[in-house]
Amino acid sequence: MINTITDVLGWSFMLAGSAFFVTAALGLLRFPDLYSRLHAVTKTDTLGLGLLALGLALLDPSWRSCLILLLVWMLVMASGAVNCQLLARFNLEQEEGRHGGDGHQTGESDDA
Amino acid sequence: MTPELLPDLTLSLLLLIMAWGALYAPQRSDAMTLFIAFGVVVALIWARLDAPDLALAEAAIGAGLTGVLLMHAARALPDELHQDYRTASYWGALGFTVVASLMFLVHLLYDDSLFNAGLLDTESDLTPRLRTLADAAVPESGVEHPVTAVLLNFRAWDTLLELLVLLFALGGLRQLFPSGQSDDSATTASWPESMTLMSAWTRVLAPLLVVTGGYLLWRGSSAPGGAFQAGSLLAAAAVILRLTGLLPPLRWSSLWLRLSVVAGALFFLAVAAATAIWGDGWLTYPGAYSGLLIISIEIFATLSIAITLSLLVIGEQEDLRS
Repeated sequence: MINTITDVLGWSFMLAGSAFFVTAALGLLRFPDLYSRLHAVTKTDTLGLGLLALGLALLDPSWRSCLILLLVWMLVMASGAVNCQLLARFNLEQEEGRHGGDGHQTGESDDA
Repeated sequence: MTPELLPDLTLSLLLLIMAWGALYAPQRSDAMTLFIAFGVVVALIWARLDAPDLALAEAAIGAGLTGVLLMHAARALPDELHQDYRTASYWGALGFTVVASLMFLVHLLYDDSLFNAGLLDTESDLTPRLRTLADAAVPESGVEHPVTAVLLNFRAWDTLLELLVLLFALGGLRQLFPSGQSDDSATTASWPESMTLMSAWTRVLAPLLVVTGGYLLWRGSSAPGGAFQAGSLLAAAAVILRLTGLLPPLRWSSLWLRLSVVAGALFFLAVAAATAIWGDGWLTYPGAYSGLLIISIEIFATLSIAITLSLLVIGEQEDLRS
């Protein structure tokens, strides 16, 4: 009985997580500019991956795999947040440089 | 038709689309991004094919380091080369993708008949036989993981030559830089302000990479991992530290650097020569010491691979010629 409850819970968490990834993809395609796209991707990635990890942890509830999943989630969450800030700040600096004359002339286009 | 076929087919189709995009995207930056995604998909496919060693190596080298190499190279290009470098014949490429997918599907559907006709009987009897042979010999190899046993014992000669290939690649790269003193003006790029965040994040990431690399190296004897995977992770750490300016130039004039570059190949060659002269033959390890020898070779090889890969990816005038 316990098994079936955790199974159902685990699978529904994973389904909900996947739904977040679908919305992230939708936002990436439909939102107008870099900032709102970044918002869509990073926020839903964090939550979606968290739900996936939670669901997987419920399906395989051993200490080892739970800890590994938690670490993976934390690493992806941190790198997602940092990369979002990096892309956004870099883009902002470039826009300011373009509008305000000779700001920082970096001339890079490899931020993809 | 098993349920597992669905993700596999999706991955295969994704791979073809990525390959097409990487070749024919009109913007260079798009093509580079798609090439990195292509590497990630290849890594996933290796993982699905039950080859985690290859998946790790592909993710670290094919997607990670090659991606940095491409972007680093693109930054150095003059601006006029950035735009529209190709007005591709999309239809030819699309046709190629469609034909390739169709051939794959046909192969999948008529699998058995092709095998029966004797056209594609390569893997059906070859792979299991090699696998049984390798698995039977693993206990004598000195390590528990069959891939490591093959790479560093049964086919150690191949791995030694791979290390020499890396060495030759670095030698070739050095020829691209003129000798003499470097001019500092070319190498001091003006970083954007957002770089402070990047360097802060690098300070967190680099120790993690070093720990993971060491873990992969140590784990290599009993589980997926090993010198190439560990070396590429260490190289990744060196590359991000160097790119954010936290690491001084890896000066070629330093004896330690040159020693580290050749350490793997030198130690491997020394072991090979020693076994040839005093032992049972070229690269035939004495049974009792084979485990120790393999892990020592891997440690030296990791060092060489890490330094060589980082020089190959971010080596500049001041790294390679001063």
